Amino acid sequence: MPQLLEGALVTLEIAVLSMVIGLFIAVLFTLFRLSGIRVLNAFAVSWIEIARNTPALFQIYMAHFGLGSFGIHLSPYAALLAGIAFNNAGYLSENFRGALKAIPDTQTRAGRSLGMTWLQSFRLIVMPQMLRVAFLPMTNQMVWAILMTSLGVTVGMNTDLAGITQALNARSFRTFEFFAIAAVIYYIIAKIVTLGARLIASRMFRY
Amino acid sequence: MIEIENVRKSFGPLEVLKGIDLTVKKGEVLTVIGGSGSGKSTLLTCINGLEPIDSGRILVDGTHVHAKSTDINKLRCKIGIVFQQFNAFPHLTVLENVTLAPRKVKKMSRAEAEEIAIKQLNHVGLGEKRDVYPSRLSGGQQQRMAIARALAMSPDYMLFDEVTSALDPQLVGEVLDTLKMLADDGMTMILVTHEMSFARDVSDRVAFFHQGVMAEIGPPKQIFEDPQNEETRKFLSNVR
Amino acid sequence: MFDTALTTSDLLFMAKGAGMTLAVTGIAVAAGTLLGIVLGVVRVQLGPVWSAPLTFLLDIFRSVPLLIQLVLGNAFQAIAQFGWEPFTTSCVILSLYTAAYCTEIVRGAIDAVPATTRRAARSLGLNWSQDMGYIVAPLAARIAMPSWIGLTLGVLKDSSLILWLGMIELLRASQIVITRLQEPLFILMICGLIYFLLSFPIARLGGYLEKRWSPND
Repeated sequence: MPQLLEGALVTLEIAVLSMVIGLFIAVLFTLFRLSGIRVLNAFAVSWIEIARNTPALFQIYMAHFGLGSFGIHLSPYAALLAGIAFNNAGYLSENFRGALKAIPDTQTRAGRSLGMTWLQSFRLIVMPQMLRVAFLPMTNQMVWAILMTSLGVTVGMNTDLAGITQALNARSFRTFEFFAIAAVIYYIIAKIVTLGARLIASRMFRY
Repeated sequence: MIEIENVRKSFGPLEVLKGIDLTVKKGEVLTVIGGSGSGKSTLLTCINGLEPIDSGRILVDGTHVHAKSTDINKLRCKIGIVFQQFNAFPHLTVLENVTLAPRKVKKMSRAEAEEIAIKQLNHVGLGEKRDVYPSRLSGGQQQRMAIARALAMSPDYMLFDEVTSALDPQLVGEVLDTLKMLADDGMTMILVTHEMSFARDVSDRVAFFHQGVMAEIGPPKQIFEDPQNEETRKFLSNVR
Repeated sequence: MFDTALTTSDLLFMAKGAGMTLAVTGIAVAAGTLLGIVLGVVRVQLGPVWSAPLTFLLDIFRSVPLLIQLVLGNAFQAIAQFGWEPFTTSCVILSLYTAAYCTEIVRGAIDAVPATTRRAARSLGLNWSQDMGYIVAPLAARIAMPSWIGLTLGVLKDSSLILWLGMIELLRASQIVITRLQEPLFILMICGLIYFLLSFPIARLGGYLEKRWSPND
């Protein structure tokens, strides 16, 4: 049991890291798309399309096996993190695009009319409103990230919750018990994240 | 004949109907006026059985509306109701909107239902629009379609719940004209409305509701020119 | 890259894997949608309080990794001595997983049909099932369509996880070919392309239906 909880921490760690990386890339992509520079836009769009239209497991395989063709050999941990971050970036970008659409152009114009630069009005006026619209999808993506970490076991990951469960299972063959406990832990983590996010949202978005 | 006997109705702690007694005879046009929250709209939905009542009873042609043994869907064929919101069925054309209930509830053939529907649509001046979807109609046209839809069931009674309140002012006239025409045809009607001059014009009797009580009822001449009740007087002086 | 050891029979092997992916997805989406419609209607009819146990149960399918669900399902059928093939287990678990999401979609769509429209239908004498059939179902289907297409695409992708039960679907087939040929990137790219080809028509169908239905609203 303590081993499983340690695994749960690793799971959470990967999920959080992949979210941070994903968010960073997603914001970058949103700017790429707004920039109107063809190459940047095309790069962002193809990344997003691949992330959204292939299985997460495929993306992890890509990081684990695919990069081998370039002589890059990632550890299971790195491959899992890269795969999930790639997936997060794609979905989050799409969420941001939707959120951006929900905010009328007139908001930017209003900011500009007050003498702000384009970047200022994006950062000070559009971004905070975008965040509100995108917050719920972001929470969902965070839950997804937690669930996706379980895929690491297929590329030999053995320190996260699913990996440790599988290792214990291989030793004792009490499959149902171990995986049932793991399921409960995943469920609890997911619920804590959802409830926590709801709490944050109620504090943050008062208008 | 619609007989309403000591009807009480609450939404949670709020009592919206505090013992209403009212009889509407065949061929009569009754207008119900009153401020918002006076219970007048609730009474209409109770007559149709869309809302349960707490006590008292409502009889339509002797049938107990809220009795368990009553086939409410059959009864509803007798009582048409049109609401403030137009409630068009957006996925059906105008003609399909009107023929749906005759076909499915009264089990008419398509041809039979369409014949009736076209007659009713012509009646309300929408004959040309039968094949378009409601989204292409103006508010006034949608409301007239809703009237035709209710009339296609050949009801004996028609209930109108503030049918012009959601309309742009310039569209109110066309709907009121339709109502006037129905009244002239001898339809038994109960109208809840804020259109005072219209009420005075078409009604046989006018009832004034105030805070869940029927404060006053009488011929339009009496209600509008010589109201007996203090609240009626206050209300009328405010709306004028 | 064009100097590859990939043979036609390898491609055929991958195509067979794609066939398995499609078969499992098709069964799961069909069964899951039917169950989801039933449970969604039940949820609406019972109201939020009485359906709480059902909501909780379905929430589990959405809060526990599918991989864990598959392992648990397989272990359970072994303990219960159902003697199911991995294919059956995969289909059952994926169907339940689909149903859990579909229930939410159906509930949301039914709730999105305006109460006043339903009241108008009832006022014309339509009974509950006629109201459901002629008014609610067509309107809710329209509202639910984009989410349902998204769910179908999601199940298509998530079905890759059944490889853990030893099923040779598209991704597992690709992996086997990779192990043999040692050309991971190239073969994974083909695999990704096939996933694209499978999703694309479904996504297009969704777009088409949305466009066809929208002018009537």
